[in-house]
Amino acid sequence: MLTAAKFEKKLGAATREAFGRTLVELGRENPNIVVGDADLTKSTMTTYFAKEFPDRLFECGIAEANMVGIGAGLALAGKIPFVSSFSAFVMTKGFEQLRVLVAYPNANVKVVGTHSGISIGEDGPSQMSIEEIALACALPNFVVLSPADEVATRWAVRWAAAHTGPVFIRTGRPKAPIIYNSDASFEIGKAVQLVPGSDVTIVATGLLVAEALLAAGQLESEGVSARVLDIHTIKPLDEDALERAARETGALVVAEEHLVDSGLGVRVAQALAKRCPAPIEFIGLEGYAESGSPDELLDKYGLRAPNIVEAVRRVLARK
Amino acid sequence: MLVASMERIHDPAALASICKQIRRHIITMTGAARSGHPGGSLSAVEIVVTLYWDVMRHDPARPDWPERDRFILSKGHAAPVLYAALAECGYTPKDALNTLRKLGSIYQGHPDKRFIPALEASTGSLGEGLSVGLGMALAARLDKRDFRTYVLLGDGEIQEGQIWEAAMFASYHKVDNICAIVDYNKIQLDGFVADIMDLEPLAPKWESFGWHVIDLDGHDIPALQKAFAEAAATKGKPTVIIAHTVKGKGVSFMENNPKYHGVAPTAEEVELALKELA
Repeated sequence: MLTAAKFEKKLGAATREAFGRTLVELGRENPNIVVGDADLTKSTMTTYFAKEFPDRLFECGIAEANMVGIGAGLALAGKIPFVSSFSAFVMTKGFEQLRVLVAYPNANVKVVGTHSGISIGEDGPSQMSIEEIALACALPNFVVLSPADEVATRWAVRWAAAHTGPVFIRTGRPKAPIIYNSDASFEIGKAVQLVPGSDVTIVATGLLVAEALLAAGQLESEGVSARVLDIHTIKPLDEDALERAARETGALVVAEEHLVDSGLGVRVAQALAKRCPAPIEFIGLEGYAESGSPDELLDKYGLRAPNIVEAVRRVLARK
Repeated sequence: MLVASMERIHDPAALASICKQIRRHIITMTGAARSGHPGGSLSAVEIVVTLYWDVMRHDPARPDWPERDRFILSKGHAAPVLYAALAECGYTPKDALNTLRKLGSIYQGHPDKRFIPALEASTGSLGEGLSVGLGMALAARLDKRDFRTYVLLGDGEIQEGQIWEAAMFASYHKVDNICAIVDYNKIQLDGFVADIMDLEPLAPKWESFGWHVIDLDGHDIPALQKAFAEAAATKGKPTVIIAHTVKGKGVSFMENNPKYHGVAPTAEEVELALKELA
């Protein structure tokens, strides 16, 4: 177990890079793994798979709806298709197809969205996906994964391939801070408690996990014991871990690179309203961002450790 | 007339007699349901019967046979014609056809794989079936299987943009083990297709997207038989059959009448229709 003060932010591979590398491993192990991409193989990193297995990579051009439909057909014929594009495109332009062709018949399609959140940076809001946790969680039968780093992503992609049923995996563009040792193990639907704590719980997902750890370190130096949970599985949500956090620490902060109105935070609030109501503060986005470097944007839009620390102070005042 | 095996029937007269029985089912089913889409089911009867009784390789005893040809009813609202065919082939119970659209029925308002595993896809949201068929056709190619995939499209349905995404994909990737059929009955919910969003010139559209196009009378069984053979023999490009049909075909007062796109016949109309189909 980490102690919060020991965490240092070191960058590892981007989660999209880990996705692309893992896909190649899977391709070697299982000839039924096939991939669909919509003119973004060099960005989603399915390019590695395309190079090694050109016959099993279906370039769909800039046509996400057709790509999702082809994925459904491949799945219905026994293949294990991964369809990938920027989250902003596959989850919105492909949503109707994900609903009727994948979620409703429970087709074995894996959707990997890359360039999620505002940390895509300079391309700006049309390419930034800040709504897709809501979209993915709105689809019955889908498992929704949001890995924090390359190790967690490798697990997520391998888990998705082994699971029968639809999965959405949220990945990002920039290099992601390393959270896990390479031998870390994960369990679907089980939050990872990265840091123990008794005064407050910081619930984070994706890129915000590293910020949560930094925040916990800062709080520890101020005498506040903050528990940190990594929610790598957003659906099904680990309601047991959240209930324990609410009972044992009495207050929570949820931190995500997504709209606060429709992301992890509202799901945590729903779970705790059922299980154990407690004061919660929410760190996330209020609306569309703008162009800038990823770091500048995370600073400007309040997705940093100091923002989490402030939210902890607010929530502690409400205990 | 029950065919409970994959034995093929080539005789057009025998197929026409099956068509009549399918039409009777469509009328009684939608009449009993008091809702549904009889017009676009009746227009597709010869297409569906020619496929299921003559052209397609399938075995009602083995709906999951990997080598079976696939049929996707992309115009899912024409479910009654497919349900009647599946029941007459022996996939599903005939005596339950009149539970169409009722709570708990396997014969859902639109085709639903959860209730009938023999269905290749759940459809109903228009514009999507061709993409699904392409996925199946690609899987066949990867697995070196020679099954073919047939996708029945509505005419109004091809106003959806996804159809043309799929059309572009199919020819570029030389997917020649797929055959699309447009049930061109010229009527959609709001009226005549030509008045809503005209498709013409339709054959040149498909040709310009790289498809082999066959234009025919969709009620002419020998023409359909010939066209499906031509499609199978056409290599390097996908084939589309533009089947000119009559909405409500076989029931005089339903023919070419937009009202019967989505309105079921009354009890009296059922009686009249069944007399015509006797």
